Amino acid sequence: MLFGIEWDTSSTWAFATSILPILLIGMWVTIQAAVVGFFIALVLGLVWAALKAAPLKIISWPAIVVTEFLRDTPLLIQLFFLYYVLPEFGIVLPAFMTGALALGLQYSAYTSEVYRAGIEAVARGQHEAARALNLSGTRTFTHIILPQAVPRIVPAMGNYLVSIMKDVPLLSVVTVLEMLNVARIIGDRTFNYIVPLSMVGGIYLIMTLIASGAVRLLDDKLPKRGIPLK
Amino acid sequence: MDWTQYLNPLMQGAWVTIELTIYSTIFGAILSFAAGIGKLAHNPLIKAIAVGYIEIFRGTSLLVQLFWLYFALPVAGQAIGLDLRLPPVVAGVLALSLNIGAYGAEVVRGAIQSVSKDQYEAAKALNFTPRKTLWRVALPQAIPEMMPSFGNLAIQNLKDTALVSLISLSDLAFRAEQLRNFTQDSTTIYTMTLFMYFGLALVLTAMMKVLERFVGRWRAGAR
Repeated sequence: MLFGIEWDTSSTWAFATSILPILLIGMWVTIQAAVVGFFIALVLGLVWAALKAAPLKIISWPAIVVTEFLRDTPLLIQLFFLYYVLPEFGIVLPAFMTGALALGLQYSAYTSEVYRAGIEAVARGQHEAARALNLSGTRTFTHIILPQAVPRIVPAMGNYLVSIMKDVPLLSVVTVLEMLNVARIIGDRTFNYIVPLSMVGGIYLIMTLIASGAVRLLDDKLPKRGIPLK
Repeated sequence: MDWTQYLNPLMQGAWVTIELTIYSTIFGAILSFAAGIGKLAHNPLIKAIAVGYIEIFRGTSLLVQLFWLYFALPVAGQAIGLDLRLPPVVAGVLALSLNIGAYGAEVVRGAIQSVSKDQYEAAKALNFTPRKTLWRVALPQAIPEMMPSFGNLAIQNLKDTALVSLISLSDLAFRAEQLRNFTQDSTTIYTMTLFMYFGLALVLTAMMKVLERFVGRWRAGAR
């Protein structure tokens, strides 16, 4: 029994149908963790991107080194670091938030590159035209550059959301009851690993196929020439 | 305990991490080429196998794959009367290479498709067999295109090896966890571990850059 739901081990099918609701509770946690982590990555990535684009080397270099470090070290170790080291400095977060923060930190390094690439991909001529029309720097950015960068940035971000979803099972090591952890507990208690673990694989496949389908649709639907922000 | 005393056990773990990275990158590369070329095959059966493999291993979480191979496969083997109990190191390398191979397959496919059509037409005009076209015309031009993405995947693979600590393989992550349990000195141990992974990643990046220059040497004048 888990979350107050009993399982029925009389046959494989009965077992599978009886543990499905339990796994779906785990799936909901997985989705929540992915969304919170993604949100942190979006905000923090923007901060890194802005710092890396700074004209002063004393600002841009540390940002480059930090994002490189975040990108090149394993999520698992970052997670353990946050989980064990933050409390030593008096910051005690619930396991779920620590996990989401670790996901957000690791992926902020990736999203900062997406922002940078999206903005740099806007043709040079657009900057020059804006200048010729005597638009101010801020207006050029918000009305010319950003509307054209958004259609490039959004699909790439969508792909990272899918990747984050696939990294959520790592959070089980800090006791977050996401889908894989739930499946393992069921396996530990019933000595039947194959059904819950295969079901988690299947559910993941369905989730990622739907999510990547949505990203592809979004990519097709977004106007390539830009989105007017007014 | 002084931090220098952590160095020895962590180094032993780092060595296991290096071995895992090397094995799984090599097997992963072989799988990438097999599945990437398979996805472009005309034979529907080969194509279906390649597409199925790529979708399954890209669509599910690596940790799920690892746990499935380690915990579920032996049970499945028992059901059909085979002993499929894998030692942790085999399950680890297998899961890592299958996972990275699926990502690599898309890179291989993309690079082969990016070889210009004229090249294939020229090969046909010169009466090359399909196999010869692939080996002598398409791949030599496609491989340099793959290298930057392969570099990223190799780093990804290095980071992913940390997961095998969860099936009790004594790699760097496992040693760090062990030391932490023993000494409770989390800050020092995990900081050192992070920097060791970062160092390994920098070395790996440098090696991939050398390899990139090596496979692209024939076009040094062109670019």
